[in-house]
Amino acid sequence: MLLRHTTEKEIDRKALTINPAKTCQPVGAMYAALGLHGCLPHSHGSQGCCSYHRSALTRHFKEPVMAATSSFSEGSSVFGGSSNLVTAIETIFTVYEPDIIAVHTTCLSETIGDDLTQIVSKAKEEGKVPDGKLVIHCNTPSYVGTHITGYSNQVSAFVKFFSTTTPKKRNVVNLVAGWMEPSDMREIKRIAKIMEARTILFPDMSGVLDSPLTGKFEMYPPGGTTVQELIATGDSKFTIGLGAYSTEDACVKLENKCKIKFEVMEIPIGLKATDRFITSLSRHANVPVPDELTKERGRLVDLIADNSKYFYGKRVALYGDPDTLIPLVEFLLTLDMRPVYIVTGTPGKHFDESMKELLSKKIPEAKYKSGERADMFQLHQWIKQEPVDLLIGNTYGKYIARDENIPFVRYGFPIADRPGHNYFPHVGYVGSTNLAIQLLEKLLDYQDRNCEEEKVEFQM
Amino acid sequence: MRKIAIYGKGGIGKSTTTQNTVAGLAEMGRKVMVVGCDPKADSTRLLLHGLAQKTVLDTLRDEGEDVELDDVMKGGFQNTNCVESGGPEPGVGCAGRGIITSINLLEQLGAYDADKQLDYVFYDVLGDVVCGGFAMPIRDGKAQEVYIVCSGEMMAMYAANNICKSIAKFGKVGDVRLGGLICNSRKVDNESNMIQEFAKKLGTQMIHFVPRDNMVQHAEINRKTVIDYAPDHAQANEYRALAKKIDENTNHVIPTPLSMQELEDLLVGFGILN
Repeated sequence: MLLRHTTEKEIDRKALTINPAKTCQPVGAMYAALGLHGCLPHSHGSQGCCSYHRSALTRHFKEPVMAATSSFSEGSSVFGGSSNLVTAIETIFTVYEPDIIAVHTTCLSETIGDDLTQIVSKAKEEGKVPDGKLVIHCNTPSYVGTHITGYSNQVSAFVKFFSTTTPKKRNVVNLVAGWMEPSDMREIKRIAKIMEARTILFPDMSGVLDSPLTGKFEMYPPGGTTVQELIATGDSKFTIGLGAYSTEDACVKLENKCKIKFEVMEIPIGLKATDRFITSLSRHANVPVPDELTKERGRLVDLIADNSKYFYGKRVALYGDPDTLIPLVEFLLTLDMRPVYIVTGTPGKHFDESMKELLSKKIPEAKYKSGERADMFQLHQWIKQEPVDLLIGNTYGKYIARDENIPFVRYGFPIADRPGHNYFPHVGYVGSTNLAIQLLEKLLDYQDRNCEEEKVEFQM
Repeated sequence: MRKIAIYGKGGIGKSTTTQNTVAGLAEMGRKVMVVGCDPKADSTRLLLHGLAQKTVLDTLRDEGEDVELDDVMKGGFQNTNCVESGGPEPGVGCAGRGIITSINLLEQLGAYDADKQLDYVFYDVLGDVVCGGFAMPIRDGKAQEVYIVCSGEMMAMYAANNICKSIAKFGKVGDVRLGGLICNSRKVDNESNMIQEFAKKLGTQMIHFVPRDNMVQHAEINRKTVIDYAPDHAQANEYRALAKKIDENTNHVIPTPLSMQELEDLLVGFGILN
């Protein structure tokens, strides 16, 4: 019992979080920055911050994550980090030669009040930024929000620095990717391609954090949204934001800056969310839905129908990020499962409202919580009070799964102990089929191993 | 060794009062070190006869970790030891963190060691206690005794009251105590009586009433303390008196700060708000 101290009885906690269901802002900013082609993320703060954020990403993606740091010392915290950042910009463009540096702040540089706008313009005035090279920046104080907030701030910075309107409107739909796997982004691009919809996806980590082993190290892998594409987002006719928490801010900024109407919807996980995404893309890109997609949908429906007796009534606990939890809960309901406990460390009303809308009628006993005191400890306590049949979440859930002997599907960030999440998508009809199969495998394995001997079935 | 911190509203005359008092103590034969905790680095100008001081933080920035005590400590009037923390230029960095860094460094370098045979250390701290860094001199058993420079002006008393709040807070867990209020007169009506009453309400004393005299400005223009510039002037004797009172003071309390209402009532009571 690794978590033997967890009690069934809940005691009201006002100032204590145990095993939070979140991580810090710059992790998100760094991840999003990698979705820009030729970009080197830069952490404006002490070295330890940068090392942690890089390793948090590396252990999930199993890829080297490159990022630079301003390397604050005691002196920089007193006198401000201006000279460190100016020197860093010069060194980075000389030694590592990225096209873009994406600077984000840390708790330290935020608290002492370093002004990135002023420092970056100083670097430009002093000629530290070569012609054709770019430095963008965003603020990511980690004592506000979570990694999702940091992701959103970075994506908004892309709009702020790049999106530009010209008189030439283009028949293109912007797709703003919420926090998802590179494999998911690859799948969204595939869907858009077979629909023959003209789209710009940003950020796009496919081809960056899932690159093939070629024997040759590439500091800047071939993937990522290009600067030209990001500039062109200002001439598109519509924007679809996938995931309110990670993309709504960018969509609003793009509308304010370039007058492009937008729709924010769920990340297309599950049947209904994918239906909505494809319907919206079909309407705004003015393209029909091809038979190929309809067939993919049919195969997902077939899988659900074939296995409904195994899905039906299963109680599920899940935790992670709101933009994935909302469509995931909806998908579990589609499968006739019972999502009973849902926890996210990212604060915001939209999650609570969506959970209420999805669950209040169908699963009246469901408990859900968001914000800084919504933690894994409480989720575990709920499970102890009334057990579940399945647990879905990142690697941090393995201790609960082991102690309570619950089948466990890894989903979310970070997954540090299993491969695969960056190869097989969980979005679209194909991705949702993958996901449903993963849930089934765990449930059926558990049944085979734990049922009474006379109930072992050859055919399931 | 007695460690004393001087606080008070910005512009009230902390540095001037501190240096003149230190001159008085030095004249009495006491060995004193002054640590200026203000990014402007002007807390030892009168003792050193000019801004001759390289600050601790500037030295740290230029020399790296290899700082020697002699690099940052200069001898001033009557053999006083003078140190300036320094800090960032206005609008950047973190001055509060600067004070923490600087005081830690002075400790590491042995500025307070027994071989310096110090009788007094004076911390001259910038304005209000705006953040944790500016409270550094009264944290962790650094200064045990605080004197607040104030006048009969509303905002000076308001600031003094706020400083008492932080002394009350740190006093509960540490050994920092309020030694008294130093009234640096602004020629407000009824000033002395009002500050005495204010001090009483705070649970402390008005240790001295320093009258306003132009001689202070004359001495300042000549980069000297009054005791140094005009040793026979009446104002020099005022500072000598203050030095003597501090030297003999045993009245150390945890103050009881006033509410805003009480403070306003006090001002009304003494006719300031009418």
